[in-house]
Amino acid sequence: MAAVESLVVIGAGHAAGQLVACLAQDGFAGAITLVGDEPHPPYQRPPLSKKFLAGEMDADRLYLKPAAFYDKYGAKLLLGRRVTRIDRQARTAVLEDGSQLEYSALVIATGSRPRRLALPGAELDGVFYLRGIDDVMTIRGRFAAGKSLVVVGGGYIGLELAAVAVRQGLRVSVLEQAPRLMARGVGAIVSRFYERLHREEGVVLHTGAAVLGFEGRNAVEHVVCGNDRVVADIVVIGAGAVPNVELAQEAGLTVENGIVVNERCLTGDPAIYAIGDCTNQFHPLFDRRLRFESVHNALEQARMVAAAICGRALPAIQVPWFWSDQYDVKLQMAGLPDKHTESVVRGNPDHGRCFSVFYLADGALIAVEAVNRAADFMMSKVLIAERAHVDRAKLADERVAVKDSRLV
Amino acid sequence: MAKITFETADGKEQTLEIANGLSVMEGAVKGMVTGIDADCGGACSCATCMVYVSPEWSERLPPQSSDEKAMLEFSPHVAETSRLSCQIKVVDELDGLRVKVPASQH
Repeated sequence: MAAVESLVVIGAGHAAGQLVACLAQDGFAGAITLVGDEPHPPYQRPPLSKKFLAGEMDADRLYLKPAAFYDKYGAKLLLGRRVTRIDRQARTAVLEDGSQLEYSALVIATGSRPRRLALPGAELDGVFYLRGIDDVMTIRGRFAAGKSLVVVGGGYIGLELAAVAVRQGLRVSVLEQAPRLMARGVGAIVSRFYERLHREEGVVLHTGAAVLGFEGRNAVEHVVCGNDRVVADIVVIGAGAVPNVELAQEAGLTVENGIVVNERCLTGDPAIYAIGDCTNQFHPLFDRRLRFESVHNALEQARMVAAAICGRALPAIQVPWFWSDQYDVKLQMAGLPDKHTESVVRGNPDHGRCFSVFYLADGALIAVEAVNRAADFMMSKVLIAERAHVDRAKLADERVAVKDSRLV
Repeated sequence: MAKITFETADGKEQTLEIANGLSVMEGAVKGMVTGIDADCGGACSCATCMVYVSPEWSERLPPQSSDEKAMLEFSPHVAETSRLSCQIKVVDELDGLRVKVPASQH
């Protein structure tokens, strides 16, 4: 492939920011333009529902790089702007005002957006979604001790938000449609633990809850849930995310639960890459196509594209990993448990706040969920990458280090 | 504010002035120090901001939390002098600190 002269990145999120950082490190000589619909340069999203929401971290510290960095490396940031169309023939990205950006390579890093609930009253004042800095500033501005917060959706973001709010003295209810919390992210044992944790901290939890709508005169006052009305001064909906694939789709690129990309994040068009939450890629460790919504994936795919553009060897594929901080509890997960044939528990999930669940498929370790057990997480990552076969009894035995459960 | 020197695996040195309250990792990432990935952004969840601290400085740094210890113990390229730079908060007393950065965090 000829050297890329002008690179246009649609999106200015975590993946886009990491891509610029990697290209700068590689000495990329072409012009870079990032187009982002938020008014902010690339920033980290994970703290939004954690330390940033809690007011323990300034916006400045969220930014991946200072503004001077983009100047120094000649990366132009077009912020608060939106690409409305990709013209693959002309190799241009068309902005909402009709202006065009020519590219020799294009990277789609459009991320994902909160899944909107089409429920009556969802447009009332006081009903929010949490995706960006500005959302958090608004939500945080409404927080005050004694106010009632209803979180619709018991996933990572909803529960992290609930944890911060209840610690700030709000009355917090979480309404989850599924029979258990974080059902899409973790196994049943970890779900049960988080139910106990949040109840111990004073959060009111309803699982199997059918939210039917929102009521209020000028602003939200109640959430209608089954036959009940739950009092609410503030509602935050955290009902999952949908990938932003429309631009790719309209440009005729293949989309199947995300923009389909190859091992170097290239789409079916040799001039167009895609990275981050909006992509669907074959994962050699799991032998299938996957779409991740995770920081690790955004960073890893940014590194792949930087390597591809600069003609370097692709970085080695890593075991996917995720984390969530709620109260004093750090949950670290690696691998994917959904194809497991058995699970092994280490420590006691029903008492205290420290245990791990290991997932095995045909004797090999494929995933771990570690609650306040960083060492188990770190060692499991290595074993999962090796597809190591493990001794179940040793895995369950807290006196034996996880690495020593490896069967040779 | 403290001046902190990073020695990268290619033998190059980079000295950065880092404001109090930031972590050594945050200073390094903003200052484009090669070899500090900091994938989790400072949540002590990934062990990709590891640095080697010279022994005379080790004692002057705040002690490791149990989380940091656990993360470090099984991270690749770990040595006795390893620390996670996200867990070292910058204060005036760190002026002159020197750390070495590994060739890779993976």
